[in-house]
Amino acid sequence: MSLEILDQFHDPALCKSVLDRLNETLTGPLRFMEVCGTHTVAIFRSGLRSILPKEIIHLSGPGCPVCVTHEAEINAFLDLAEKPGVIVATFGDLMRVPGSRGRTLKAAQADGARVRVVYSPPDAIKLAAENPDAKVVFLGVGFETTAPGVAASLKMAKAQGVANYRVLSFHKLVPPALTALLSDVAPAPGQGIDAFIMPGHVTAIIGIEPYRPVVERFGKAAAVAGFEPLDILQALLFLAECQRDKTPRLANLYRRVVRDEGNAKARAVMAEVFTTADALWRGLGLIPGSGLEIGDAYAAFDAKRDFGIEIQDCPPLPGCKCGEVLKGRLAPNLCPLFGKACTPAKPVGPCMVSTEGSCAAYYKYQVD
Amino acid sequence: MTDKVLLDYGSGGKASQRLIGELFLKHFDNPELRRMNDGAVLSVSGKIAVSTDTFTVDPMFFPGGDIGQLAVHGTVNDVAMMGAVPKYLTCGFLIEEGLPMADLERVVTSLGAAARAAGVWVVTGDTKVVPKGAADKLFINTTGIGEVIVDPAPAGDRAMPGDAILISGTLGDHGLAILSTRQGLSFETPVLSDCASLNHAIEALLRNLPDVHVLRDPTRGGLATTLNEIALASNVSCDLEEDLIPVRPEVRGGCSLLGLDPLYLANEGKFLCIVPEADAEAALKIMRADPLCAGAKRIGAVAALERPGQSGRVVLKTGLGGRRLLGMLEGEQLPRIC
Repeated sequence: MSLEILDQFHDPALCKSVLDRLNETLTGPLRFMEVCGTHTVAIFRSGLRSILPKEIIHLSGPGCPVCVTHEAEINAFLDLAEKPGVIVATFGDLMRVPGSRGRTLKAAQADGARVRVVYSPPDAIKLAAENPDAKVVFLGVGFETTAPGVAASLKMAKAQGVANYRVLSFHKLVPPALTALLSDVAPAPGQGIDAFIMPGHVTAIIGIEPYRPVVERFGKAAAVAGFEPLDILQALLFLAECQRDKTPRLANLYRRVVRDEGNAKARAVMAEVFTTADALWRGLGLIPGSGLEIGDAYAAFDAKRDFGIEIQDCPPLPGCKCGEVLKGRLAPNLCPLFGKACTPAKPVGPCMVSTEGSCAAYYKYQVD
Repeated sequence: MTDKVLLDYGSGGKASQRLIGELFLKHFDNPELRRMNDGAVLSVSGKIAVSTDTFTVDPMFFPGGDIGQLAVHGTVNDVAMMGAVPKYLTCGFLIEEGLPMADLERVVTSLGAAARAAGVWVVTGDTKVVPKGAADKLFINTTGIGEVIVDPAPAGDRAMPGDAILISGTLGDHGLAILSTRQGLSFETPVLSDCASLNHAIEALLRNLPDVHVLRDPTRGGLATTLNEIALASNVSCDLEEDLIPVRPEVRGGCSLLGLDPLYLANEGKFLCIVPEADAEAALKIMRADPLCAGAKRIGAVAALERPGQSGRVVLKTGLGGRRLLGMLEGEQLPRIC
């Protein structure tokens, strides 16, 4: 898509007119949650948060892949990185995430562990081909957006006979997390979630149907949206209209990228390589059927089997309210640790760790 | 000379002499260096400004420049930002054994040409060759000496409420050129490093407008980091308007692809200038007269902090009219997962 077209999506005059309509449509407080780190950052970075009507309350859900990677999973990454004969290949944003012992991949790298930042799984396969004496383990973190690319890399490794390539899959699935979030104990009155902005990239893969239960079973309006200010404003307008009409609906407002049916090819690759499994989420705990494991056909490339990795829950971090933040029950700045014991320099909880985490975004961008 | 740099070239013996004579002296030639003493004896008048920097860049040759000219531009610019006219450079080479001689000559040629263009002499130097693996190809240290021409000199703690914030041109070019080359990415419109010596533009500015409050080159950490340092040191709020900040469309596009923010990317040929509001237009006119600063723009203003006890900060007014903080990064920017 050309940059000129994208420019229209942050045209101040267009945005202002949607904002005006939003103001006219609102009938009361609208507590919306987005479930994508890119949305979190876009809302803060564009300054949108500071010009939204007071009635609109922005909650950031468990949509940042780094944030929801469990401490125990980070520990597993660190243990692997420190094994002789292993090169760990990872996306850059995992480098600074602390495990339960406060250690990071960046620190492990400084101590001599072989950790390489890559931009895509094929880069990791190339790394494996260049280092035949080592096992190159790609750290598989991310949602439905990232998983198909990793699945394709496993197919590629198998086809090319790159026998020293491994993947440690901790991929997670968005819809089961939404169900878990909405099935959790009832929030105090006025503290729940009224509506959702659904992640654009994830939906491009899974399509809109997996969100149907959010609307029909839990009665929440949901809009799939892009990441430009105008995208987000239009989604909010739709959610406000649903609230005014008292009829929760589901809409795909990101048609320039997302087809209603998603991407069947990408899903087929995922299904060929992965099977679903229970997964641990930071702040949310164990969610049934919310993870992806490497299936039997690709067992030879599975780092979990090769290195005998087992993940066990560990106690939550004392004082950290990230679980409440991720569920939309607490604003980041109301956590007692926020900005004091917990800052981007020394993050305690997951939401402060990633640049796309809600606490980090709040700390970084919020003026008042 | 051999086609690869050998350990012998750093031994101080005949091989070293050949390297100095046939390479360094040839490209850096000036009367002081020609005397071939252990050091240099220099004449300066009044206050002097000194700055040192060590250069390591991967890749050594990148679109728009190389480590040799960068070693001149970086130090010359740091000296100029102190309100000085750079005069002399010292230059230390730390070379990994086995570096192709052709690469070394290319770097030295480029460094010599950049020094001549900036009007500075390389007056003394040093060469060390270390065993393979003990360093990555080539490190260069340069120290610059310049004569301070204004009093008081511009400084990071002199930004005052009401001052105008000016930038000499587009942001993020160098950082994106390096990152994209390192990652083997190419864009439709190639992104070139902006690396350049700014001392002539700075001298013209200071000779005409001696009351420049702050001069800084937004290198590592980019505009955002540099302005935060200034805001903290001066205890003020630096208020920027996003729409006014110049970023090339290809840099914006590349950053958006990689999940990077151009305001945090390094620049090697731009300077930030904070002047009294009354001098802003005159400063821009002088800057724009230099081809390296043709894109100079006013990007914001300095304001008093909103509350007592608040620490200095940078606030960005976005294109939509919203406001947000433009903070400092924790470490280097890392490309994102999705």
